[in-house]
Amino acid sequence: MNLALSDEQEFLREAARGTLSRFKTLEAAREALDDPQSRLPDLWPTAREAGWPGLLIDEAHGGAGLDVFDAMLVLGECGRVLAGVPLLGHLPATAILADAPRVAEYLPALASGERRAAYLPSQPPSDLDPRWSADPAGGSERSPLPTGSAPDANGEVKLSGGYAFVPDAPGANALVGVALVDGEPTGVVIMADADGVQVESVRRYDATRSLAHVTLKDAAATVLDAPVDSLASAWYLAQALIAAESLGSVETALEVSVAYAKERFTFGRAIGSYQAVKHSLTEVLRQLENGRSLLYYAGWSRNGAPSEFPLAASAARSVAGRALDHGARTMISVHGGIGATWEHDAPLYFRRAQLSRRLLGGTAAASDRVAGELIAQADAA
Amino acid sequence: MDLDDTPEQAEHRAKVRAWLEQHKAEAPVLSGPGAITDEAEIISARRAWQGKLAEAGLAGVTWPKEYGGQGLGPIEQVVCNQELAKAGVPGILDAIGVGMLGPTIIAHGSEEQKARYLGPMLHGDEVWCQLFSEPAAGSDLAAVQTRARQDEDGSWRLSGQKVWTTNAQFSSYGLLLARTDPEQHKHKGLTMFIIPMDAPGVTVRGLRQISGEAEFNEVFLDDVKLEQDAVVGGIGNGWGTALTTLMFERVTIGLGGEGLGYNSVRFAKGIASDEHGRRDSEVRQQLGEIASELLAVRFTGYRTLTALQKGQIPGPEAGLAKVTIVNGAIKAGDLIADVLGPDALDEDSEWAYMISFLPGLKSAGGTEEILRNTIGERVLGLPPEPRLDKGIPFSELRSKEGAAA
Repeated sequence: MNLALSDEQEFLREAARGTLSRFKTLEAAREALDDPQSRLPDLWPTAREAGWPGLLIDEAHGGAGLDVFDAMLVLGECGRVLAGVPLLGHLPATAILADAPRVAEYLPALASGERRAAYLPSQPPSDLDPRWSADPAGGSERSPLPTGSAPDANGEVKLSGGYAFVPDAPGANALVGVALVDGEPTGVVIMADADGVQVESVRRYDATRSLAHVTLKDAAATVLDAPVDSLASAWYLAQALIAAESLGSVETALEVSVAYAKERFTFGRAIGSYQAVKHSLTEVLRQLENGRSLLYYAGWSRNGAPSEFPLAASAARSVAGRALDHGARTMISVHGGIGATWEHDAPLYFRRAQLSRRLLGGTAAASDRVAGELIAQADAA
Repeated sequence: MDLDDTPEQAEHRAKVRAWLEQHKAEAPVLSGPGAITDEAEIISARRAWQGKLAEAGLAGVTWPKEYGGQGLGPIEQVVCNQELAKAGVPGILDAIGVGMLGPTIIAHGSEEQKARYLGPMLHGDEVWCQLFSEPAAGSDLAAVQTRARQDEDGSWRLSGQKVWTTNAQFSSYGLLLARTDPEQHKHKGLTMFIIPMDAPGVTVRGLRQISGEAEFNEVFLDDVKLEQDAVVGGIGNGWGTALTTLMFERVTIGLGGEGLGYNSVRFAKGIASDEHGRRDSEVRQQLGEIASELLAVRFTGYRTLTALQKGQIPGPEAGLAKVTIVNGAIKAGDLIADVLGPDALDEDSEWAYMISFLPGLKSAGGTEEILRNTIGERVLGLPPEPRLDKGIPFSELRSKEGAAA
């Protein structure tokens, strides 16, 4: 039994924290909301120096050959300071490509970060819905995946359709996801500059989040030989990563709130001494600790019990999404009126919470997936 | 990161499994066909089974060898518990004695006490109960009013009332916290005693709960005489001794998370039995949220084990797992009853007992409110609430409380 960080993992996390502390990410986040022309700091060169693009690519192909849990640690550090490092898009894409031997030659440039990939969120079927689906550009109905007819002799196919709210797609060189090729769910890689590919940047409620709608019109794609399990696993990897990122944000929300509750006095006492305040802060801690435990579950199960990875990653997402919502709201309420103003960082975390919870299928869908996975386990028992 | 046994743990597990394979037919049957129903028979069968488990080294695993234990770590105890559960046989009857009170005596008791009491406790020959809480001292345990007065010959006279006492109706001994010096501050004038439950002046009365069953007792003490050697850990040191017991209680709760049977697959099964409920998106949403938190607790338990394995002692944050389990199970019971309808509340339903049991469990081992206070102060470092009882002799406290009310 060993469910603790190794020395290497502690080091990875501390190094990430140190690296990101060199940037004024929160100031940039606020400016970006005020001025649509302002640019967030480009953290990709920093990520490259730190070796993050190749976290999930093996050493033979120039990567670090680390595990999803290591990637989650880095994402957690990004979440702490709302740093827009485009790993949420890049890492699941590299996980699919690493399972597709025919395109192994792409890996070294992606591992070094010379080229960047983005994952096209493709949700696997559930116990109630046998179809794969993409996030819709609006509304509650899932979108069908883009489709194409049978590939040619070179494994090339023309795809039409779309994926909405694709994390980190703006500026990515390669787009990797699942499409229905000849009716079958199939891994595909699409070059962003190919004919028929439109990557439309969408700036939303949380300006630190780089997103795009990707539209394909007879766009050239290469069919991947990644197994369908790997395609599904990428979806859950994305769930685990956004969960880790969210919990990093909860850590900051809690730390800032606790510090304020110790120094702000009313009626002659620090507000943190009142049970009403104390209990709401311990509730944030409770949700944070539950989320952390589920990150361990997700990190362990991906290799240790792959059949449980969908359950573990979805549970982590479900808890982390709610923890961030609750943590951000508590951050505002503990600070009183000032917490709801532009003067404070709390609104930035609140904005992060509200948008994050609606991306990659949404937190609610993750909870539903947990129920579906458990009902299947109960039926099998 | 792994959930695997070390080679030593694997060896231990194999030994435990082999013994259980050979002896599990001797275990008492407590549910299903052929189950024992008579209360007294259940207790005696479980005591005998505890004796066999102790003999085989499956109980008191963390106790030192000189007191009949195995001198192993908490992980080995967990391995035993896991294998017992897997074999479908009950564990020891006196989990409170062996898990919490015995270790307290090992830490604070005299050599004579250890030699006299620990062996029969471990083997189930003498069952123990914990006599700490009182009607007016629960969350604020140091407010106990049970009074122990010393006679000139050094013996003691105890009077007062204890409550929530599990197993008192068939216990031989109790570990009892009493006030020996009311002129001291509330935490200082306390002393821990060992009390024979058949001593003249001890009355045990069952306390029925929502389910209709009496799992707890009230214990009345009317001028009960104890000898000098009944004191554990020294006169006036009762609070420190009690904290040791409570620390072992946290360990027990932290490691026993799913032992209560509140696990996500079981709840999913309850929902899945209803064709409509298992497809209803609102029901699934709630089930998913509840189950995610319960799954988290399982891995929090593994994190606690990892810490124990490294020699760290679980802190008060372990109490958060209890809050999650209890509230998760309450919500799950509520959801299942919504889905299954009034049938879920029938006596023979799988869920009625759980639904009745949980509101009380919310306060067991420290109320949720007091747990959140402790965690807020010790883990988050938030300032404590102002107190009216600091630095005041206990004897003056009652009148001060009266004035504030």
